[in-house]
Amino acid sequence: MIDKIAQTTVDAIGQVADGATVLLGGFGTAGMPDELLAALIEIGPRELTIVSNNAGNGQVGIAALLKAGLVRKIICSFPRSADSYVFDGLYRAGKIELELVPQGNLAERIRAAGAGIGAFFCPTGFGTELAGGRETRVIDGKPYVLEYPIHGDLALIKAERGDRWGNLTYRKAARNFGPVMAMAAKRTVASVHEIAGLGSLDPEAIVTPGIFVSRIVKIERTATQAGGFREAA
Amino acid sequence: MSTTMSYRRRSKDELAARVAQDIFDGAVVNLGIGQPTRVANHLPPGREVILHSENGILGMGPAPAEGQEDYDLINAGKQPVTLLAGGAYFHHADSFAMMRGGHIDICVLGAFQVSATGDLANWSTGEEGAIPAVGGAMDLATGARQTWVMMDLLTKQGASKLVERCTYPLTGLACVKRVYTDLATFECTPQGLVLIDVVEGLAREALQAMVGLPLR
Repeated sequence: MIDKIAQTTVDAIGQVADGATVLLGGFGTAGMPDELLAALIEIGPRELTIVSNNAGNGQVGIAALLKAGLVRKIICSFPRSADSYVFDGLYRAGKIELELVPQGNLAERIRAAGAGIGAFFCPTGFGTELAGGRETRVIDGKPYVLEYPIHGDLALIKAERGDRWGNLTYRKAARNFGPVMAMAAKRTVASVHEIAGLGSLDPEAIVTPGIFVSRIVKIERTATQAGGFREAA
Repeated sequence: MSTTMSYRRRSKDELAARVAQDIFDGAVVNLGIGQPTRVANHLPPGREVILHSENGILGMGPAPAEGQEDYDLINAGKQPVTLLAGGAYFHHADSFAMMRGGHIDICVLGAFQVSATGDLANWSTGEEGAIPAVGGAMDLATGARQTWVMMDLLTKQGASKLVERCTYPLTGLACVKRVYTDLATFECTPQGLVLIDVVEGLAREALQAMVGLPLR
């Protein structure tokens, strides 16, 4: 029998090797897997490379992971924000490596990893410093930059509903990086707000089929927290 | 003040209205963070426009009433928004495929500098020690079918932000089609700037002196 449902967030993630690459879903307040990040800190792997759109806000989520000293490198598109002070401090002190990637290239490089693409030519960033030193090619008169996939050892994402096969649905703009990150990691763990009986998710509405998901774990909704509802369910 | 100076800059809302006037019925439009967001408030009645937000929304609506915010439904600037009837959600790779694949008709961005031939610099001033951040600026500038910029024509120090060659780090090459400013509207072409309109009372020669580049 297939049962991907874990009882705790720590059990869901399991062992994580030092030096692992971890893909982290979320954009702004939507889809941040904060509960899974807290469990990752508890597990405590070191020298991580993390891949996420942002580099953390305040003290929670990615910021907490950075503050715990577990991250060697971050690959992201927009590390700077009004309250990204944990990242800012580490970056200015030279204690963290940053690879800055245009947001769409980040998404497509992750998608490519999940889809078995070896590399692809992309027009974004041609002629800019973010494409510096990379192979380029003119195709049908238009210039492109060679981009390589970003593979994860682990992906941590936040979904809305899931079943024991790992099928997932998302909620509104909290979907963001979830579906592509789920495809691109050796092991994908999704938190969900509701565990659905097998067959009760509408097959037409499943966004991430369970083939891309290793474990799901139920978390409570928290009122007015990042990625949460206004009222606890 | 002499009478030759009797012109008035477009206010932020007037500039947004000027941009909105050129957005056609049925267009799919991405409005960048900051000033461009204001364009949504000035779309002429009778024009149905679909707003795209790169975090995965088509058919984005205005901000919710206070107390109705849903933090799973935010725009690219991470502000709570709403979804209009007909709207849809999708993942990030699809969202950026919409740009690169030429499915977004118009994107409107802010800028530090734009060159006469449409090179754009809007993501970094290259300042020493600053935390770099690019987000979707490069994807939008390169991917949308038309990239429009809205900005003040001059810096606070009075230098033209329309330049022969950008000195700030580039966002994209020859990607800007139109530049809407507080004083005039321009088209960027491979042959340089074309003047589309200028605020009332500002002579073409005076404008040209401010820009310091040939205007056709």
